[in-house]
Amino acid sequence: MGEVTTLFLPKAADASVSAQAASPGYWRNVRHHLQRDPITVAVTLLLLLIIASAIFAPVFATYDPYQGNILTRLQPIGTPGHWLGTDETGRDLYSRLVYGGRLSLLEGVIPVSSALMVGGFLGIVAGYAGGLTNSLIMRTMDVFYAFPSVLLAIAICGILGNGFVNSMFALSIVFVPPLTRISETVTAQVRGLDFVEAARASGTTTMQIIRYHVLSNVLGPILVYATSLISISIILAAGLSFLGLGVNPPSAEWGVMLNSLRQAIYVQPYVAALPGLMIFVTSMCFNLMSDGLRSAMDVRLNT
Amino acid sequence: MLLFTARRLLQTVPILFGVSLVVFALVHMAPGNPIDLLVPPEASPQVIAQMKATFGFDKPLYVQYLRWLGHALTGDFGLSVFNATPVAGQLFAALGNTLWLALLAALLGFSLGTLFGLIAGFNQGRWPDKLFSAITTAGVSLPHYWFAIVMVMVCSVLHNWLPAEGMGDEGLSVMQRLPYMIMPVITLSLIPMGVIGRLVRATVMEILNQEFVGALAAKGLTFRRILPHVVRNAAPPTLALMGLQFGYLLGGSILVETVFNWPGAGNLMNLAIFRRDIPILQATILVLATFFVLLNLVVDIAQAAIDPRIRR
Amino acid sequence: MRGGLLNRRVATVQAVDDVSFSVAKGEVLGIVGESGCGKSTTARLLMHLIAPDAGEVIFDGEPVGAPHGITVKELRRKMQMVFQDSYASLNPRMTIVESIAYAPRMHGMPAAASRQRAEALLGQVGLNPSQFARRYPHELSGGQRQRVNIARALALEPRLVILDEAVSALDKSIEAQVLNLLRDLKDRYNLTYLFISHDLNVVEYVSDRVLVMYLGRVVETGPVDSIYLRPRHPYTRALLAAKPTLDPDRRTKHFPLTGDPPNPINPPSGCRFRTRCAFATAVCAEHVPALAPPTDGEDPWHLVACHLPEAQANTETAHAR
Repeated sequence: MGEVTTLFLPKAADASVSAQAASPGYWRNVRHHLQRDPITVAVTLLLLLIIASAIFAPVFATYDPYQGNILTRLQPIGTPGHWLGTDETGRDLYSRLVYGGRLSLLEGVIPVSSALMVGGFLGIVAGYAGGLTNSLIMRTMDVFYAFPSVLLAIAICGILGNGFVNSMFALSIVFVPPLTRISETVTAQVRGLDFVEAARASGTTTMQIIRYHVLSNVLGPILVYATSLISISIILAAGLSFLGLGVNPPSAEWGVMLNSLRQAIYVQPYVAALPGLMIFVTSMCFNLMSDGLRSAMDVRLNT
Repeated sequence: MLLFTARRLLQTVPILFGVSLVVFALVHMAPGNPIDLLVPPEASPQVIAQMKATFGFDKPLYVQYLRWLGHALTGDFGLSVFNATPVAGQLFAALGNTLWLALLAALLGFSLGTLFGLIAGFNQGRWPDKLFSAITTAGVSLPHYWFAIVMVMVCSVLHNWLPAEGMGDEGLSVMQRLPYMIMPVITLSLIPMGVIGRLVRATVMEILNQEFVGALAAKGLTFRRILPHVVRNAAPPTLALMGLQFGYLLGGSILVETVFNWPGAGNLMNLAIFRRDIPILQATILVLATFFVLLNLVVDIAQAAIDPRIRR
Repeated sequence: MRGGLLNRRVATVQAVDDVSFSVAKGEVLGIVGESGCGKSTTARLLMHLIAPDAGEVIFDGEPVGAPHGITVKELRRKMQMVFQDSYASLNPRMTIVESIAYAPRMHGMPAAASRQRAEALLGQVGLNPSQFARRYPHELSGGQRQRVNIARALALEPRLVILDEAVSALDKSIEAQVLNLLRDLKDRYNLTYLFISHDLNVVEYVSDRVLVMYLGRVVETGPVDSIYLRPRHPYTRALLAAKPTLDPDRRTKHFPLTGDPPNPINPPSGCRFRTRCAFATAVCAEHVPALAPPTDGEDPWHLVACHLPEAQANTETAHAR
């Protein structure tokens, strides 16, 4: 078994084989395509800036987000010292926005991550196992799919009570069915492919097959879908806070700020609209990034 | 086809059961005594006794569930804890108002979305594509409740063009209510516009890239002639999504209704949450969710009628 | 097949019905038939990729899945398969050396050793490891990928390899190279092959014995020369007569097969071929013909499933060498 024979294929019969020793991996190629796309790059940088400002809020902010001077409430944009104005209790809006990023971004990431773990797991199991297991899992998901997401989130929060934890819990539940569904679809597709059958034919265990053959092929589409959910999560979570069902004042969070500034519309309309602008920009960045990721992965598959 | 319809109907029944179970369970997971949650505080002892008898609060849970379900199916959702009037009446009046908004928003959003998506799809890579792609992506990234506030700011506060909230007084005709409806409808239409626009664009691009379109173009067919082909192929998934989006419009209108104080089902739910009016909350969720399930059923059947491949 | 209101089983397609055969060690058994005759399903049943409704597989005298026999997992160490679609058979996200090394690694071989074996196997099938090891499937041509698939099948050192239309999708020149490779490998490793194909010429070239299938049943089996020189089943004779040839002396005079292939859901009763058979009689509709040696005693290893094998012995459709 150790000898090397001389049955090399003649070069003429080869397709596009060049003389390079190895090709870059799949993910490296994806990254390569991503770097060529100016919109995705710009958006990702902006997003990184927002995330950085949230993480390093004490560095970026100029005032304590909880301290306000009633005498200087509702100052307009461009006020010296408060370049984005102040809110209804005199707190610096810019600092509140920076600190608010922390909660708002977490509200985007936490529900999607937890739903990804639960939904991804359930979906892959359902997709690979098929049969009764599949039916059981997917039919249960169908029941939760029967609720429009906003309705479900509000229903859960409305009944369990408000607060950050409850809203995270509610949103996670909202995102589990769609993630389960997409995981199941992709896994079932991959499972039908010949190389999975070949893996089964080689006598390896189910866990090994899933780990080495299924996961690498399903994680891509699932992750792309999950990133597109982050923007929805941010909007929904802020919406819950806006209704009073999520985070409570005086916490700094974009949704709750939008709510408390609502009355200020008549006095300082531009200031009152700022928290919503942050939500919009962040959400748009996540969406565009997700789109770019999807294009890069598609292009890669087509070359 | 009949078989498919029957099978789909059969599948819907357990889902509806599941929905009712979830709604029922939610209420019983809420903190507090169910009796206090479901019976008006200042109700007379006879009323309380009657409610107890009807809904069986002292009986085991599954009995309560069945009784509640039975009454719900006949339209008896109990009394509002807040003002001791029957829930059903308030709910259906509110639903009517929401339906107005939803229908108009669907009309606006779907047509704009389709238009934008078509323009973007046929001009792939060029500036119309970039422009309308940006618009549709903005549509889905926008927190619509924020957009509502901005609209109010521009149209009511900075300029006095439109009334900021409400539906107008009693007895107004539909035409007179129009100014009240403009802003909510536009706001609600944003997300469907974005979602449909993105789907149409993607579908059109996919179809245009298929070989048979190249063959058609090679035969000398102009754009005007290719368009019907593209539309015919793009229609089924788009129509399905439109059905879904209409469901979301119905069920997700709460945020917009809250901003504009529009007396619809969403607003009713909002008030119910703050007043801890559980019977109204329960009924609203149940009815909206049921509506959504039935809507999905109709969409599936319609899709199968158009595209025989779906009938499995 | 499922349908109806509750998705019950409405009808059953018996892809494979009452197929029994044996394979001797070291031989090449060719399985031929039209598309849909059940060849691939048979292969998958052998590997237990599809659960059989009835029947058993006995490997080296030991039944598979029975308490005192070998397990399916052990069977898969001894028996491997090469599929038709060379691209779909390989994980697009794995380098080819990882694909080949996967099975040995999963069965307990340390990573370095399995990688070494994979690279050695690449060399055995004619792909220079230093050039090809870290390539991805989409970077190889069809012939190269099929070599990879063969290497992967050999990674577990099996005794029997099933080649399910393994060369059908290749260009003729590449096909020839791969067939030669297969022959060399068989000699070197003492392999036994099950060669499934719809291409009669290739099967004749490669096989020692041949099995002819029609609509899920075996209609004829025997040594390759016997089958090709003196086919006894009307279907086999028709198949061989339908082979295109460049020899003007052997033009096709009558078209051998009549009618359309029957619906596999509702196969004809008795002999399944009778609806297209020029010699069918009443008995053919009543009884399923059993596989048996012909009564003229000429060739005991050549079995035919026909009620009237002698009826067409003298007619024109025989393929003469």
